[in-house]
Order: sequence, then C-alpha cells, then structure tokens
Amino acid sequence: MPGKPVLKDISLDIEGRGITAIIGPSGTGKSTLIRCVNRLINPTSGEIWFEGQDLAKLSGQPLREARRRIGMVFQEYNLVERLTVMENVLSGRLGYVSAWTAWRRKFDDADIQKAFALLKRVGLADFANRRADELSGGQRQRVGIARAVMQSPGLLLADEPTSSLDPKTSVEIMEVMRDLAAENSIPVMINIHQVDLGKRYAERIIGMSGGLVVYDGAPDGLDGDILKKIYGGQDWLAT
Amino acid sequence: MSTASLSERASVSRADFFTPSIAKRLAYVGVLAYLVYAAATLGLSFERVQQGIGHGVRFLVGFFPPNFTQTDIVPGLLESLQIALLSSLIGTALAIPIAVLSARNLMPPWVSWIARLIIIFCRSFHPVIVAIIAVKAVGFGALAGIIALTFASVGFVGKLLAEAIEEISLKQIEAIRATGASFMNVIAYGVVPQVMNRFIGFVAYETDSNLRNSTMVGVVGAGGIGGTLFSAFQRFDYDFVAGIIICIIGLVMIGEVLQIYVKRVFR
Repeated sequence: MPGKPVLKDISLDIEGRGITAIIGPSGTGKSTLIRCVNRLINPTSGEIWFEGQDLAKLSGQPLREARRRIGMVFQEYNLVERLTVMENVLSGRLGYVSAWTAWRRKFDDADIQKAFALLKRVGLADFANRRADELSGGQRQRVGIARAVMQSPGLLLADEPTSSLDPKTSVEIMEVMRDLAAENSIPVMINIHQVDLGKRYAERIIGMSGGLVVYDGAPDGLDGDILKKIYGGQDWLAT
Repeated sequence: MSTASLSERASVSRADFFTPSIAKRLAYVGVLAYLVYAAATLGLSFERVQQGIGHGVRFLVGFFPPNFTQTDIVPGLLESLQIALLSSLIGTALAIPIAVLSARNLMPPWVSWIARLIIIFCRSFHPVIVAIIAVKAVGFGALAGIIALTFASVGFVGKLLAEAIEEISLKQIEAIRATGASFMNVIAYGVVPQVMNRFIGFVAYETDSNLRNSTMVGVVGAGGIGGTLFSAFQRFDYDFVAGIIICIIGLVMIGEVLQIYVKRVFR
C-alpha cells in the first residue's frame, strides 16, 4: 500500500560521466530515489528515462533487461556470503545467462576472464576462491563494485557505499569506484553521508531535504548556508 | 505502582523492572492440577504400575537369547532401507518446489497459502495412518510404504525448508535482483547458497527418521521388516522379536554414521 510520499517533485538529469553525489539527512529519501531508478522500489508516479525507455512503465522481462544495464553498489555490500568472491563477481552476468547455465557455473570464458581482470583491478585476485564472508568490509565493497561493473552497465548506482567503512577505507573505495567508472565510461549516482567525500569525488552535488531537492550544482558551491538548509540547524557545523 | 515515568522518579526498586506475573503462577498451579486429575481418571494407581512391571519382566525374559537364525531378517531390513531412501528422495524432490512456493518472502500471499495448505495436509497424519490408507489403495507391499513416507517427507522437509527460506537475508536477494537476474537465477544465487547447509541437515534428518519409520510401516502391511516383526509378535516368538529389534537398532546406527559422511561430502 502506498503510504505518504517520500519523494516530491524531483526532476533530475544525470548525464555524461563522472560522479553525481546526493547528500541529505537520514530519512529524506536518498535511498528511495536511488532504488526507484532500478525499480527495487516502485515509484507511485513519475517517469524514469534511461537509454530511451521509461523504466517506470516496465515490468517482467523488459524490466530485467533494463536492470542489466544498471549496476548497483550497496551500503552493506550485499554479497552472497556463502558464495566465493569469483561467483559473486560473476553474478553480475546473471541477467544474461539461463538458470541452467548459472546453476552449473558454465559462464563464458570471456566472462571469467573479465571477472578475473576486475578482481585484479580492485586488488583481490588472490581472494577469488575465498568465500565472501571471509573478507573485510573494504574488500567486500571492492567485490561489490566489481560485481556491478561486471554488468557492463550504462549507469552505476551506489547507495551509501562507504557508510559502513572506516575513513581510510572509504577514501580507497571512492577512488576505486571513481577510477573504474571513468575507465569504463559509466556515470555514477551515489548517496553519501560524508559531505567531504562527496565534495572531493563528485562533479555534481544534489542536496536533498524533506524529499525535495534543495541544492543542485558544483561541489564548490556547497557552503555553510546551503548545508544548513540541507541538514537543518548549525551547531554541528565546525566554525 | 507509581504511574510517573521512570525518568521523573526519585528512587526505583526491583519491582519496577521485574513485575511478578500472577497469571504465570496460576498457570503453573493449573498444569500441576491437571496432571493429578489425568492420572486419577486413567486409573494409574501404584498397584497397576506394579502389576504392569511384573508382566513386563516376564515378557523381557522371553527375549533371551535373541534369535538371528531366521532367513527373513536380511531381506526385510533391505526392503526397509530401500523404502526409506526412495521415499526420502522422492519426498525431498517434491518438497523443494512446494517450499519455494510457500515462502512468504518470495511469493504473493495466495500462492504461499495454497502451498502451505499442501504442507499442512501432509503433516496432519502420522505415517502409519497414511500407510493404512495406502495399503487399502494400492495393496500390500513396499509401494504403500514408499507412499506413506514420501507423504511425511514432503510435509517435514517442505515446512522446514520454507521456514529457512523465510529467514534468509533479503539484502543478498536484492543485490541479485538488481543485476537483472531472472526469478530462477535469483533462486540459484540468492536463495540456494543461503539455505543449502540447513537443507542438507533437514534431508539427512528426514532420511534418518524415514529409516526408523520404514521399520514400522510393515506392521500395517506396507512392506519392510515391520511385517516380519509383527508376525513374530503374534506367534509369541519373542527371541526372534529380540533378534529383529537388535538388527533394527544396528541399521539405524549405521544410518547415523553414514549420515555424517554424506553430509560432509555435500557441504
């Protein structure tokens, strides 16, 4: 049952490359916005245009085909814990293979080569045969990014990818994500709590508050007044 | 007790955190009273127990020495084993799709309710009751036993597997769905890895339980060693009964040991 709307009157155009960061207080609808794009949450109204299709109108097979083109990175990594790292990366191809092929792990050699190259790229080649639950948070998130890039997506969604990580690992993850997205020409839409990280890596910042977009522009324009408008209050801002 | 909120109170006592429950105490007294009443109405007196024990001792003496010489023990045991393994296999194969369909986190309510009703139906009857019906329907022999135990396996494995599926992490499912995976691929990569270990445990337990039950369905004519056991009882052939019982214990113990190795291979 649709309850109270979370997102109101939002119109965004994500284009080109680079990272678009969405910031805003908890509960303002950042996750909802990102999950609406690949329809993990269904919007009650509105349109979502991606590669010439209105995703909001899709269902069944066409929706799954559209999802293949949208990679997603999650706050808690959402790896399949009991599968190996390699299986997790290859699960990025699940939109392309039949259940029978997937069950027997009969992936194309090209896919396996690509998955291994990605693991090497994120520094986890030696972990390929380890189970995902043996990895640390930062390592898991690298696998999560590799899985998303494995889809060869036209868009990468990241829902607070660094919120469960320490500051140093957060920076490393942001760099891996930025670099991989740039190498594969994938635009990135990211929800982020750490404003400094957003400013450092994003080319565009969208500030949300109460389900509305209250700022949309370059990271440089994000000053104290605007942060007050986004998060409310001012005591938390360092003077 | 004071109605002021805890933060406004000057002092607190034990009773503010651990309230004695009168209802619980009454329930204990009630249970105890019912036990006394039930024992009284069933005529369980000390004399009755004494008499029963005396009879039991005479009966047990008849067990010795156990008799293993009769030739129908081994074929009976093997038939029981076959009934147990076949019904576990068929029952599990049927239980998997029913369990998936009845998992409320994967299916719409109307589908899961239909699947749930099938599981409840399979679990409603003791295997012996199903065996009696099966013997009437398809005649004496192992087929009736297989039907009876398959029925039980669908209910047991179906229920536990459905519960295991309902407890999985939806985050992992969400990630697999987000890749554009089909429903079957979500099952293969999102659900199966999360429930596989427990599933193997359920099947091993059910096979073990079928092995024990397969020695019993023969009592009503549904094949296996149970039939031999029952006729030995009716002939008052107690040393043969003892022989059969010892062989059944041996079979169940062998099953227990094998189970450990089979589990290890599949995990």
